[in-house]
Amino acid sequence: MIEAANISKSFGEKEVLKNISVQFEKGITNLIIGRSGSGKTVLMKCLVGLFNVDKGNIFFDDRDFSNMSIKEKRDIRQELGMLFQGGALFDSMTVEQNIMFPLSMFTKKSIEEKLERVNFCLKRVNLENSNKLFPSELSGGMIKRVAIARAISLQPKYLFCDEPNSGLDPMTSGVIDNLISEITHEYQITTVINTHDMNSVLEIGEKIVFINNGELWWGGTNQNVLKTNNKELNDFIFATELTRRLKK
Amino acid sequence: MLKPIGRYILLMLRVFKKPDKVKIFRKQLFTEFQSLGTDSLGIVAIISVFMGAVVAIQTAYNIDSPLIPLTMVGFTARQSMVLEFSPTIVSLILAGKVGSRIASEIGTMRVTEQIDALKIMGINPPNYLILPKITAAILYNPILIVLSIIMGLFGGWLACIVTQLVTSQDYISGLRYWFEAYTIFYALIKTVVFAFIITSISGYFGYYTTGGALEVGRASTKAVVFSSIFIILFNLILTQLLLA
Ligand SMILES: Nc1ncnc2c1ncn2[C@@H]1O[C@H](COP(=O)(O)OP(=O)(O)O)[C@@H](O)[C@H]1O
Ligand SMILES: [Mg+2]
Repeated sequence: MIEAANISKSFGEKEVLKNISVQFEKGITNLIIGRSGSGKTVLMKCLVGLFNVDKGNIFFDDRDFSNMSIKEKRDIRQELGMLFQGGALFDSMTVEQNIMFPLSMFTKKSIEEKLERVNFCLKRVNLENSNKLFPSELSGGMIKRVAIARAISLQPKYLFCDEPNSGLDPMTSGVIDNLISEITHEYQITTVINTHDMNSVLEIGEKIVFINNGELWWGGTNQNVLKTNNKELNDFIFATELTRRLKK
Repeated sequence: MLKPIGRYILLMLRVFKKPDKVKIFRKQLFTEFQSLGTDSLGIVAIISVFMGAVVAIQTAYNIDSPLIPLTMVGFTARQSMVLEFSPTIVSLILAGKVGSRIASEIGTMRVTEQIDALKIMGINPPNYLILPKITAAILYNPILIVLSIIMGLFGGWLACIVTQLVTSQDYISGLRYWFEAYTIFYALIKTVVFAFIITSISGYFGYYTTGGALEVGRASTKAVVFSSIFIILFNLILTQLLLA
């Protein structure tokens, strides 16, 4: 479980996160939804420690991340994987080298053991035999899959995905969503996903929190997200004709 | 003005840490030898030959007094190449070539979140990305500069032979005239300092890029401009310190 307790974050004068308290559960997909610019990415980057919070605490299974030594933070970092919006694959490395990188950095595995793990992860994301390709040779969906493979190579306890299906066609989006959801259940990962995609919300949103203008506005599941009376959430969900029809 | 300097110093403190994995560092170092060093051999050689030739010809044409021996041509070529042209001018050229490369490489990694990806994994990105480049340049640039001196002197010799202004014998005895090994030491010290300036300043501008492709371009221009300015500045300081 990951817990954020009363966290705030400003950039200069602009308060981007306002006193947010939220819990993300183990073994399920936790979704952070909200409009572009509402603060989802900033929240996620605060959770993983890429931004320092101005106020509040972040706990990884009761370990207070915000008050840790650099050494302890490093140890926790190896328990978390992150899927960035653009994939963030190292473009000077092949697919295989990308996935092997965390293994080389943080384990004492032999080259054979590492290769075995790489191939296992690639197989898990249905991308066998692309070991020697460079990121520039991959399609958007493949990039995301390699990024997932890299994120899970060290068997993380926590997985963060920032807009995992931005820039993908609806079908590929569904594939990526399902992949993340399956991996979450299979390995009992605490997974946090940022999205503004209603398909993802309805398909894989086991726990949902809605962020509006940097404030935590609503929390629930995909069972009750469609039935809410919350005005801002309704505006967000029923922004398209399709979702409006769905309601009827 | 003070804020960037402070940020630069803090960045360097993070750069100069023991690498996480020595084996990976060594591998990166050899990649950088290639991309920062070996890839520049051609341009350094060509520029040096022409610089040496021009210095030799200009000196030869300017000696019109019979009291000044033609051996001065070789002597002047040597002094110019060793003291100034090779260490300073070649470093300025490398600032353009290598500096823009470093800033755009690291800047692109910043804007595509590759640096965040490193950080998430628990890696110290400045150390991982910048230390191999600084180390490679500090070790390799002296080789480039020695090559430049040799090619420059060769260029001067070639010019003398082709234009028949100075005989090979006069030129070579000029090269040997009043040689102080200290000047080579001075050239190498300058080279090492300039190598550090180029790689660290370019690394700094790349690392703190924000935005997108446009800003990466800007960062790489700034890297070249500021590296060049600091090379010129430190050229003055070091000359004062080492030759005065
Ligand atoms: N590094 C930063 N510096 C200043 N402002 C930022 C920074 N990152 C994000 N912001 C601002 O924070 C707000 C929330 O951004 P973000 O979390 O990226 O939104 P989204 O919900 O679309 O992911 C935006 O207004 C953005 O301009
Ligand atoms: Mg975002």
